[in-house]
Amino acid sequence: MSSATIVSLPDQSTARIPKTNFITKENGLLSWLLTGDHKRIAILYLISITFFFAIGGSLAGLIRLELLTPQSDLMATDTYNKVFTMHGVIMIFLFLVPSVPATLGNFLIPIMIGAKDLALPKVNLLSWYLYIAGGTLVLYTMMTGGVDTGWTFTTPLSTHYVNTNVLSTGLAIFIAGFSSIFTGLNFIVTIHKMRAPGMTWFRLPLFVWSNYAASILMVLGTPVLAIAIVLVALERTVGIGVFDPTKGGDPLLFQHLFWFYSHPAVYIMILPGMGVISEVISTFSRKRVFGYTAVAFSSVAIAVFGFFVWEHHMFIMGVSNYSTLVFSLLTMLVAVPSAIKIFNWSFTLYKGSITFETPMLYAFGFMGLFTIGGLTGVFLAATGTDIHLTETYFIVAHFHFVMVGGMLMAFLSGIHFWWPKMTGRMYPEKISQLAAVVTFIGFNLTFFPQFILGELGMPRRYASYPEEFQILNVFSTAGATVLGVGYLLPILYLTWSLKYGEIAGSNPWQATGLEWQIQSPPLTENFAEIPIVDHDAYDYEWLEKMELAKKQQEVSSVG
Amino acid sequence: MSEHHESHAPEGHDDALEGHIVSPVVYIIIFIALLIGTAATIGASYLDLHEWNPIIAIAIAVTKATLVVLFFMHVKYSPKLTKLTVGAGLFTFLVLIFMTLSDYISRAWGRW
Repeated sequence: MSSATIVSLPDQSTARIPKTNFITKENGLLSWLLTGDHKRIAILYLISITFFFAIGGSLAGLIRLELLTPQSDLMATDTYNKVFTMHGVIMIFLFLVPSVPATLGNFLIPIMIGAKDLALPKVNLLSWYLYIAGGTLVLYTMMTGGVDTGWTFTTPLSTHYVNTNVLSTGLAIFIAGFSSIFTGLNFIVTIHKMRAPGMTWFRLPLFVWSNYAASILMVLGTPVLAIAIVLVALERTVGIGVFDPTKGGDPLLFQHLFWFYSHPAVYIMILPGMGVISEVISTFSRKRVFGYTAVAFSSVAIAVFGFFVWEHHMFIMGVSNYSTLVFSLLTMLVAVPSAIKIFNWSFTLYKGSITFETPMLYAFGFMGLFTIGGLTGVFLAATGTDIHLTETYFIVAHFHFVMVGGMLMAFLSGIHFWWPKMTGRMYPEKISQLAAVVTFIGFNLTFFPQFILGELGMPRRYASYPEEFQILNVFSTAGATVLGVGYLLPILYLTWSLKYGEIAGSNPWQATGLEWQIQSPPLTENFAEIPIVDHDAYDYEWLEKMELAKKQQEVSSVG
Repeated sequence: MSEHHESHAPEGHDDALEGHIVSPVVYIIIFIALLIGTAATIGASYLDLHEWNPIIAIAIAVTKATLVVLFFMHVKYSPKLTKLTVGAGLFTFLVLIFMTLSDYISRAWGRW
């Protein structure tokens, strides 16, 4: 590991955490539960999603343990169905969708644009309560027998053939969906209306652009999921017949509605992560993001194209051959804006002064793993290969490369990057670098064998498999334990750092964003006075001038 | 807290916040139009027009919804940004309907 570092911390013997900040402003549980402060709500979200991530992760552990041996021996087959369904529901709706927007986005977007809070603070708090209500219902579902339809609720299985808790899970997702709509709405209004003077659209940090694009998807897409779930509920309870062929309905219509949301949903999950990567890559290579405008617009392009590709989830389900052709072509188009981002980040690195702090290690992990995940998506978009690969472990590997290798890496990168800002204290660098490397190794060991398993034809969603697949499954399960350690470490040392971490000061990374120009942790109102922005994002020369001016002022005032 | 910020908004033309006053006459006209629409929907349901029944019912419903959005929800008097937002929702809805129909219409065509 390079010894070069950009970290600049204040003198630890004299440094203190600012006495007045958003954490110390008020005390008591109620001051948190009734808060309108976007930063406190972000912390509430961070605690809640970590809780659900732990549950979803434990379920993943159970899945991998079951698949250690070819026979279904750890649990009964229908229990296995419930376990992978709950893993999917929790990880998608309660972790990945809110992960970056509701925590880092909530905390940072108002600060990054120079505002004192989000436009609708009470709606922001309501969004967290809805999330908790949805999460509680999911827990209730788990405790009362779970659900075994898969997280996709595919009809007619979900409407006609299972007796598990489809209704309560559907209601949970319906409620959690509104939480996501409110967050998206809040971001859109805030970014449009509350930018500081001089903060033009093309001076916004790319993190704001990508969260804006994701917010559009949340607001426009999530209602369709809500409708699809209500229709499933009505089909189960009163048999309205929309998805029932004997009454003139069509089960595939459900999949059209479901994937119309759930494909854009993967962009809701990944876009904010891409925003994190833009910030981190720029900071740790000390360069403006190459092709800023292209990266900004590629976020919007992903959001728009994302609505035109959903049928690629249904290629083998009996949809028309002609529409398959159209959706296959459209799907391949989405690869273009994603590739624009990867290329631009790579060019940002070119001739940059690169340092290898933990956020950057995670960002490198993201770039590599997301590229593999994205390119294998093109295999699946091609109708010929899709027939062979779909519904196999290839799909599982592809999805986890994008969502875990991509999004979770980006989330961890962002959490480490902004941890000093959120808490005022540094995380321990060496052990966190180790955690990043452990995560990367564990991840590849877990999911790379699954590409091969899928290519060999092992179907997903079965508790047992032919013996010839065991070796690769053992690799995968071994990798999952390494990955588990990789995720446990940050939870432990980040908690430790809350009390024992070094004092970070306002700008430990020497980064340019507005959030780094204020104290850590920030004041409740973020800025003592609203800043006037006169420079572009990632302008390191501006930062240098500012630092110089500050030093001269100190010298003259002491003198 | 948010009110504190409005003065700093760079786009400063908050027509929607100032509010447009619509005369009660307009509301009454729209209300009567909606009642006529409802009556027309009920009336049309008694006629046997085969495949035209749902088409007519949906056409009347869309017209009524448009009136509600434009007048009761004040979109007609709102700034361009609000109109664009409503347009984005409508566009997404049309994508959902027409791209889904692309499957249903061409299923009987067989293989390409």
